[in-house]
Amino acid sequence: MPDTKISCPDLRVELSGWELDNPVIPASGTFGFGYEFADFYDINILGSIALKGTTREARYGNPLPRIAECREGIINAIGLQNPGVEKVIEEELPRLRQVYRKKSVANVSGFSIDDYVYTAKRFDELEDIGILEINISCPNVHGGGMAFGQEPEAAASVCAAVKAACHKPVYMKLSPNVTDIVSIARACEDAGADGIVLINTLLGMRIDPRTGRKIVSTGAAGFSGPAVKPVAVRMVYQVYDAVKVPVIGVGGIETADDVLEMMYAGAAAVEVGAANLIDPYACKNIIEELPRRMEAYGIARLSDIIGRAHRA
Amino acid sequence: MYKKGIYEISENVCIADKVYRMRLDGFTGDITAPGQFINIQLPGFYLRRPISVCDWDEKGVTIIYKVVGDGTELMSGLEKSTKLDVLTGLGNGFDVGALKSGQTAAVIGGGVGVPPLYALTRKLLDRGVSVKAVLGFNEESQIFYDREFSELGAETIVTTVDGSRGIKGFVTDALKDMSFDHYYCCGPMPMLKAVHGLCTDLGIEGELSFEARMGCGFGACMGCSMETRNGTRRICKDGPVFRSEEVSFDA
Repeated sequence: MPDTKISCPDLRVELSGWELDNPVIPASGTFGFGYEFADFYDINILGSIALKGTTREARYGNPLPRIAECREGIINAIGLQNPGVEKVIEEELPRLRQVYRKKSVANVSGFSIDDYVYTAKRFDELEDIGILEINISCPNVHGGGMAFGQEPEAAASVCAAVKAACHKPVYMKLSPNVTDIVSIARACEDAGADGIVLINTLLGMRIDPRTGRKIVSTGAAGFSGPAVKPVAVRMVYQVYDAVKVPVIGVGGIETADDVLEMMYAGAAAVEVGAANLIDPYACKNIIEELPRRMEAYGIARLSDIIGRAHRA
Repeated sequence: MYKKGIYEISENVCIADKVYRMRLDGFTGDITAPGQFINIQLPGFYLRRPISVCDWDEKGVTIIYKVVGDGTELMSGLEKSTKLDVLTGLGNGFDVGALKSGQTAAVIGGGVGVPPLYALTRKLLDRGVSVKAVLGFNEESQIFYDREFSELGAETIVTTVDGSRGIKGFVTDALKDMSFDHYYCCGPMPMLKAVHGLCTDLGIEGELSFEARMGCGFGACMGCSMETRNGTRRICKDGPVFRSEEVSFDA
């Protein structure tokens, strides 16, 4: 038990020189372009927002059904539905700016290195983008996405190309569906990555016992939710050990305790994903609960606990 | 606008084969139009269950649902006084203002597509619009709410696929000889397609309500997107009701 009472816990964290009021960022694909959630609460309380994954051209995504429920989780096969980077900049971001004053995390996907560079450069020009999150881990598209996140060389080549073309910090979002996450994270760091984000969804599948048929249209698709949290914590822990750049921890976070766990493993900030879909107030509740948990555990400054499990 | 709240079950009864009516007491100020839906969190299930609003008043909301899987199975066994976490006011709902007093609306429902048409019918009649309700079911044991529609004051026609009551056949068999100015339709996809096709041929516009497996139910996840003539739309947020001229069944 702490022997001193902590009056005002410090929730601030830093990502490559960008200071966030708190470490809680809704994860890409679970928060749209943010403004939908402003109907529920003031989204300026968030650390930041990771925007819906954006590609060079508009994408409809996969056929329905795209969603299957699991115990303690959800399988999705959205397939990077988005209106394309130009419409995101012309239509979505102005709507977000009406309700949100902070910088966002731009999430960039592509089907070639040129795609990634093109889209990342468009976001790089915008003042209210804090970092570029390069998604080389989407399991729901073919010929792109996760294909670049499977091999260290391919991941490094995307990273180096984006890094060479952009000024903002480049964070690589990695797939857990690999044999050696550490080698891929290291390859990205060596290629100039300013940070690592992990994990994207695990590949999963559900079959309806009543019909014997696969539930989502693509068969295998991305599994997320509280069931995947131990996998995410383990991977964040491993990668924190292997790289010097900040790690953003993602995977199954639902509570303030989950945030602390991820930060003890090595996360400098966290992204909250599936929880937003079942409770639109999930991030707000976590942010309100964090200071209380910090007080209970005797944590004065949140940034002090990053990676502490490695020394305990 | 939509909000989360805690609602208490004051009724949960079987009204037809595998079909239940549940009354949830709580704040209904966020429900703005018939055809909207609520999204219910159930103990032991990760995702919420989106269910259309049958009717509502200042004290609570009535839903009618069919047991089709584990979630609705659990719902059917919930006792009175059970408290549930519910999002209300989701989706756009039907445009009650599409018709003027003295005009005639066809409200066309199939199976558990019937419930959202009940509050719609009530609101249309309140506005002085005449309502012809065509309610389609597979067989007699599945029929519900035909009397309730009549009692509201709608001219009510039942169809059954096996002919065990009413007109034998599909809703389109009843619809093809009717005259009306506008239609509202909710039911399974083959029915929506058939009604849309018939009414397009008749030169009558209307509104169709779609359903889908949803992730969030409020527009965040893109789990229930649909191609329309106006581009990609989210069934949960931009719908579930779409105007007949923007709907395309080609895809």
